[in-house]
Amino acid sequence: MTTLPPPIPAAPAASSSSRHALVTALRSPLGIVASLLLVTLILLATFGPVIWGETAKVADLTQLSMAPSAAHPLGTDAGGRDVLARLLSATRISVVTAVLATAIGVTLGVLLGLLPTVAPNWVARVVNSILGVALAFPSLLLAIVVSIIVGVGVVSVTLAIGLAMAPAYARLAQTLGASAAGRDYVDAARVLGVSRFRILTRHVLPNVRDPLIVNASIGAGTALVASTGLSFLGLGVQAPDYDWGRMLNESLDGIFVNAAPTLGLSAAIVFAGVTFALVGETLARAFGLNRSPRRQRRRRGASNDEVAPLHVVDDPVLRVRDLQVRVPRGDGWADPVRGVSFDVGRGEIVGVVGESGSGKSLTCMAVAALLEEPIEVAASTVQFEGTELTAGGRVSSRISSAGVAHQLGARMAFVLQDPATSLNPALHVGTQVAEVGLLHGGLDRKSAHRRAVDRLDAVRIPDAAQRAQAYPHEFSGGMRQRAMIAMGLMGEPALLIADEPTTALDVTVQREVMSLLAEVNEVKGTALLFVSHDIALVSSFCTRVLVMYRGAIVEDLTAADLAAGRARHPYTRALVEAIPHLEAEPGTAFATIAEDAEFPTEPVGSRS
Amino acid sequence: MTELVLEDVRVRYGSGSSAHDAVKGVSLTVASGRTVGLVGESGSGKSTIARAIVGLHEPHAGRILVDGTDVVRAHGRTAVLRRDVQMIFQDASSSLDPRMNVGASIAEALEVRRPDLKDVKARRAEVARLLEVVELDPARVGDLPSQLSGGQRQRVAIARALAAAPRVLLADEITSALDVSVQGTVLNLLRKVQQELDLTVLFISHNLAVVRQLCEEVAVMKNGLLVESGPTTRVIDAPEHPYTRELVRAVPRLGVPLAETPLSRSGDPR
Repeated sequence: MTTLPPPIPAAPAASSSSRHALVTALRSPLGIVASLLLVTLILLATFGPVIWGETAKVADLTQLSMAPSAAHPLGTDAGGRDVLARLLSATRISVVTAVLATAIGVTLGVLLGLLPTVAPNWVARVVNSILGVALAFPSLLLAIVVSIIVGVGVVSVTLAIGLAMAPAYARLAQTLGASAAGRDYVDAARVLGVSRFRILTRHVLPNVRDPLIVNASIGAGTALVASTGLSFLGLGVQAPDYDWGRMLNESLDGIFVNAAPTLGLSAAIVFAGVTFALVGETLARAFGLNRSPRRQRRRRGASNDEVAPLHVVDDPVLRVRDLQVRVPRGDGWADPVRGVSFDVGRGEIVGVVGESGSGKSLTCMAVAALLEEPIEVAASTVQFEGTELTAGGRVSSRISSAGVAHQLGARMAFVLQDPATSLNPALHVGTQVAEVGLLHGGLDRKSAHRRAVDRLDAVRIPDAAQRAQAYPHEFSGGMRQRAMIAMGLMGEPALLIADEPTTALDVTVQREVMSLLAEVNEVKGTALLFVSHDIALVSSFCTRVLVMYRGAIVEDLTAADLAAGRARHPYTRALVEAIPHLEAEPGTAFATIAEDAEFPTEPVGSRS
Repeated sequence: MTELVLEDVRVRYGSGSSAHDAVKGVSLTVASGRTVGLVGESGSGKSTIARAIVGLHEPHAGRILVDGTDVVRAHGRTAVLRRDVQMIFQDASSSLDPRMNVGASIAEALEVRRPDLKDVKARRAEVARLLEVVELDPARVGDLPSQLSGGQRQRVAIARALAAAPRVLLADEITSALDVSVQGTVLNLLRKVQQELDLTVLFISHNLAVVRQLCEEVAVMKNGLLVESGPTTRVIDAPEHPYTRELVRAVPRLGVPLAETPLSRSGDPR
């Protein structure tokens, strides 16, 4: 390999944003406690032996195994030495052993775990089987065996625990590394011809680093318990040295006379263990590995004038007025849906189009009461078949009234974009379809199953009775989506909301699903609210189209008007023009919308 | 000027009884400086072909010729020839390392492929030039992928591919993760660099309308085989194979109701 000049250094943007996250995590209550504990522990480990080391050595033969007193807060040991002084000066050896052992374990583990990414396949297989065997042993047992082989003493204990911890870290590094190595950016680097070693150091390691650091920090606590445990057993630190484990062992002899030393030592071990765990937790939050949602209430913004619907329907199946969705983002809130009002008439097919981030999916999930805390859904009215879904100006996923929940379950159906993730892979398809009947249809198990088979047949699943016993992975994408629709048809839905139901499917399968939806609408009179980014598809299928842009409905027009080029809002017109179509002149430039284009979020005037 | 030729390429996943042939013998020529579309539905094997060409998954039979030299299982200088073929992936949010900023991602390609740029300064200038080629503000060199929009990310991915000084570009569904408003910009950019650098392009897509407007020729894949190929306007405007006809018919058109398809009740494997 030729030596390459150093890469262009990463710009400060990356490090400053992660530094910012660390600072935020450190300022949280957890972070403050963790840093205080850590600083205390470091100070004790550094200065403990210096300050109390001499006192700890003084053996007062007139004061053997004394109970706590003013001079000896934790009493004295069998040799007449002050227990507290010994405990404090033993901090260093106990903590250093644990940290070193962890460092050995992590280093060894990462080397072993990431070896398969760079080494030939057979090496990977050998490493894997060794790891498998090593993982089968409890690590403390492994440590005991190793320390007996290597010999007793503080060095061997550190080594033993490090070695015993390595397999677990190797497996962790391997799993993380494998998932990073499967990413497209690693493929891209391979296509460029970047060497395996550089891929490892540049793309794999940085992307597995954070979880490893967090695990190592928590693992240091485990190492501390293990090393004190080994010393307690007499395998670790030997006289005249002493750590918390050995002291604990010695204190046990006098526990019925004087319990204070044992309690003090236990407290010290717990203190150090908790410190490591909290530091790990703080780092995890700083790296965003388990961010706890912060719930800060925000006053409802000055209630602007209610957005009037552009098209009012008499006796609608769904009536929505001034729907707003707020999502916590960073320190504040984002408003992906800001004041949406519309009606869906009985038996109507209404399309909602817009680009990613326009709020179209959130709008539909909000009216179906599917959005959960910490997302906030506010509306002045959401009426489904005359039933009010808002309570106190909010739509909550926790519907308090059993009647309303039942009505939603039986009369409103929801079909999601990706049928691969909306079906439970562990249950038969038929069971999942039947469940709707059990929950909302008031059916018993047998009749629910019979109806499920009937519904699967209705959505053209061949051999429905038999295919009901199949698992989702045995269905193709199109069949899974039909099964989802069958689920929606278990009740007698007045409204079926379909959120990008064909985006994950091929065009030929898309057509089947669309004609099935059209049939449901025609035969059952079920109203459809159809969400899609594909304005051509929407116009070919719906009667009326709502165009969403930046969280607002900017136009409400019939599909016929849309198709005939009678759209009035500039955004709608730009969208229509941007669709590539089969009649375009080959070789010509594609129509574009400038990236920084700003369209008015004001809707064009009412049509009706 | 580089020609890309596939001769009876077969790609197999797995081995033994679980073996599955994703590509079952495909022969295809992308003439020098041409843009050829490869269309088909998911599972047809079109992305597998792209991965085979760049060596991410070696074919188990057949030849892949870059300017007449077979690059399958190549070593040494022939392997380097394969790097003349670069690929742009479907989703730039996963094909760019989330921890590397724009400049570092592009510079990585320069380090490997442009030994003539000896120092950091020369590479930095080249990164800036490439960003201008893909119509991005060179001041964004320090941005992380997460700070860019989807279209900007894909343009960075194009810049990275260009940094490797390719002669053949494979574009694998490069706009399918993008909004329609951004799609046109990325496609126009692809055409611009193709023309300016006289690149040979294999454009993989499921979008027939895009392929028709962008590509001179098209090949249609189904179940690992080519069912039809030829000049784009001929194949798409007057398809001969029933499957191509079905594909064209299924494309949604503004305001035209989707043609009624009889739904087969019996033995439909889909």
